[in-house]
Amino acid sequence: MYADEPMRPRTMQGRAPDVFTRGGWIPMQLRSDGEEVDFVVIGTGAGGGPLTARLAEKGFSVVAFDAGPYFRPLEEFASDEASQSKLFWTDERIVDGANPLKMGANNSGKAVGGSTVHFAMVSLRFRPEWFRSRTLLGYGADWPLDWREMWTYYAQAEQDLSISGPLSYPWGPKRPRYPYRAHEVNAAGLLLAKGAEAMGYRWSPTPLATVSAPRGNSPPCVYRGFCRVGCSTNAKQSQLVTYIPRAVRAGAEIRDLAMVGRIEVDATGRATGVHYHRDGVWRFQRARNVVVAGYAIETPRLLLNSATDRFPDGLANSSGLVGRYLMTQSNQAVWGEMEEEVRWNKGPPSLALTEHWNYDDRKDFFGGYCWMGQGPLPIEWSSVLTGARGLWGEALRRQMENYNHQIGLKMVGEMLPHLDNRVTLSEEHDQYGLPIPRITYSWTDNDKALIDHGLAQMRTSLELVGARNIFLQKDDTNHLAGTARMGFSRETSVVDADCRSWDIPNLFVCDGSVFPTTGGVNPHLTITAIALRTADRIEALAKRGEL
Amino acid sequence: MTDGTASRYPGYNVLSKRDGPSWDEVTRQVIDRRLNVPREPRFLDPERFRTLKAVCGRILPQPPERPDVPLAAHVDAKLFDNALDGYRHADLPPLREAWLRGLAALDAEAHAAHGRAFADLAYRQQDTLLRRCEAGELSHPAWDGMPPASFFSQRVLADIVAAYYAHPSAWSEIGYGGPASPRGYVRMGANRRDPWEASEARPGRERTALKENRRVR
Ligand SMILES: Cc1cc2nc3c(=O)[nH]c(=O)nc-3n(C[C@H](O)[C@H](O)[C@H](O)COP(=O)(O)OP(=O)(O)OC[C@H]3O[C@@H](n4cnc5c(N)ncnc54)[C@H](O)[C@@H]3O)c2cc1C
Ligand code: SF4
Repeated sequence: MYADEPMRPRTMQGRAPDVFTRGGWIPMQLRSDGEEVDFVVIGTGAGGGPLTARLAEKGFSVVAFDAGPYFRPLEEFASDEASQSKLFWTDERIVDGANPLKMGANNSGKAVGGSTVHFAMVSLRFRPEWFRSRTLLGYGADWPLDWREMWTYYAQAEQDLSISGPLSYPWGPKRPRYPYRAHEVNAAGLLLAKGAEAMGYRWSPTPLATVSAPRGNSPPCVYRGFCRVGCSTNAKQSQLVTYIPRAVRAGAEIRDLAMVGRIEVDATGRATGVHYHRDGVWRFQRARNVVVAGYAIETPRLLLNSATDRFPDGLANSSGLVGRYLMTQSNQAVWGEMEEEVRWNKGPPSLALTEHWNYDDRKDFFGGYCWMGQGPLPIEWSSVLTGARGLWGEALRRQMENYNHQIGLKMVGEMLPHLDNRVTLSEEHDQYGLPIPRITYSWTDNDKALIDHGLAQMRTSLELVGARNIFLQKDDTNHLAGTARMGFSRETSVVDADCRSWDIPNLFVCDGSVFPTTGGVNPHLTITAIALRTADRIEALAKRGEL
Repeated sequence: MTDGTASRYPGYNVLSKRDGPSWDEVTRQVIDRRLNVPREPRFLDPERFRTLKAVCGRILPQPPERPDVPLAAHVDAKLFDNALDGYRHADLPPLREAWLRGLAALDAEAHAAHGRAFADLAYRQQDTLLRRCEAGELSHPAWDGMPPASFFSQRVLADIVAAYYAHPSAWSEIGYGGPASPRGYVRMGANRRDPWEASEARPGRERTALKENRRVR
């Protein structure tokens, strides 16, 4: 298949691609539209993937939809930044506000496996206090989840994803050994380490979702550095090569290239199924329960687009909070040049990190952040130089020639939830005829203070390792959360601790949208841990006849 | 292919690895297609394409010793495919409309200021107009509400520069290893070069670099 040929659904004939063999297939159970399945799951990423697998393993009938294709990494993932944009959600979205978000490559995937197909694999746990940040730290909102319970689900997620990490992790409460040894740290990571040590901070090899030794059909990572545009070797433990094959084996059906446009609700106020677009036609799948797992833009968009006379403001929205409290994470960076050759594109991009400022509270702002080593590929690096420094012409070409000598540190910082940062529907329509989202974002004063602090710290670290021509990239953000927050009451949240909507008892949300706060670490492991918990909770509710 | 000792990576050509273990079949297909991009515009009319070529020549002036990367053709291909980025700023029209309007407006500005098409201006005049576009100082009615500064940063810079650094000639120029599958990398430390990576012509080692780069497979 060529990169720009339109794809057709692959899982229509009772089989799914075997991602581990060229041209191979695995058998997959098919369900008919008319069968009332136990669960429809919309989205197969960090939330939808594990939930689908666990529900199927518990014996529920599940059909999971994804708007994106079911890729075969071995045959279809080129070692190439430009053509691999096929992994991203590139349908139009309008961004505004004082600090408009960059979407596309930066923020969301459209493929079976979701954004985990092209994520950077950094796999971190929240600091326990963040689950009660309002009570313990004085900002944001408390989660209705207990950190000790989350600790056990994190451990399960780390096992399932074969996380490679250090023997002992320097921050937070004790955790079990990582299942795979840490990866060798590249030159870019060692410079982070040297800078952190010079500042008196601890650092660590980053726990990563790519294997350092064989696992099943996954070979160890070969340090090619293309992780953010898809891993062609299957070393990366994305949903596509972990929970999705598990789900299929356990009897779930994965419908690829199937865009859900609307959730149907009957006169009694219960969800009855979903309207979806596949292979050129709109169809309707009946279901006893519906789970939305489309991530922080598509989840609220679908809930809003599903408005009815009874729910004129969209589904699960009696609180008026669907689409609100959108959060991204500050992803600012400091860049510089070294005398030596660093060749930062070798290996996964973030092989070392320091979480120092997530655990040190001597700051005059709320929230925390970590920072990581960097290894952008040429197109991404050129966009930093044009964006942050406005370089073009000869100046840009000359600066790009320093590629092999560059280093960089990038923060992942906690942005505070704000009511006015939100997703709404615009007047324009997409290729399915659905209103496209408008994403409005402005940083709060606290966000700005945190960013300034992080930039100054990272600059010091680069100075201490002797980097020259240091410059700051002040505008980048990454990762999404919020827009269907979980909480303690129907007035102040969209779903409860079990990810069940307050308004419609058989409608769940299980993805990054449920975060009430976003913490100072990358989100996927927390999303997956919540999904694993949700599956257990659903099983318990079903046993008690409360589903 | 770069050659001679003037270049930072003399003799290094990422394409010499094309048939080696760093390139797999899908990558070869993708890059072959990129190298064979149709040179004639399929979306823009000849006049706008001429303007675009001139703009590309200023955003990324290319070295004389190798064939130019056909940047305008790549931007036109993006427009032809309507390959969206996944978002756009509320003050910009959609991809195709932004380029059509922006190129026409640059030409209108050139006519207003110098009585000639943008493509016929001296490089210095072109650069001045582009800098004023970047700074948001242009205001010809042809912009029709589209902020020139947003057009410059979100479309001109973003699309042209991305097309350039997607090209093997640019990879060779900056000493980037290029495609790496199934073979990745082994030597992870500073100043450690795998033999299939570009060798840098630091002062005094130009000839060694040339020799090592010729052996890259
Ligand atoms: C470049 C990049 C790097 C990242 N790196 C890291 C990292 O190193 N560590 C980390 O923890 N996190 C990282 N993230 C973030 C992480 O990938 C996401 O937070 C996580 O995948 C979100 O999980 P999710 O289930 O909410 O959504 P996703 O994983 O995005 O899955 C949502 C899925 O739903 C589908 N979908 C949406 N709407 C519909 C619909 N209406 N019908 C059908 N299907 C639909 C989409 O196609 C998509 O496949 C990164 C993200 C990006 C973009
Ligand atoms: S560096 Fe490792 S995880 Fe990343 S793409 Fe390559 S093999 Fe996959």
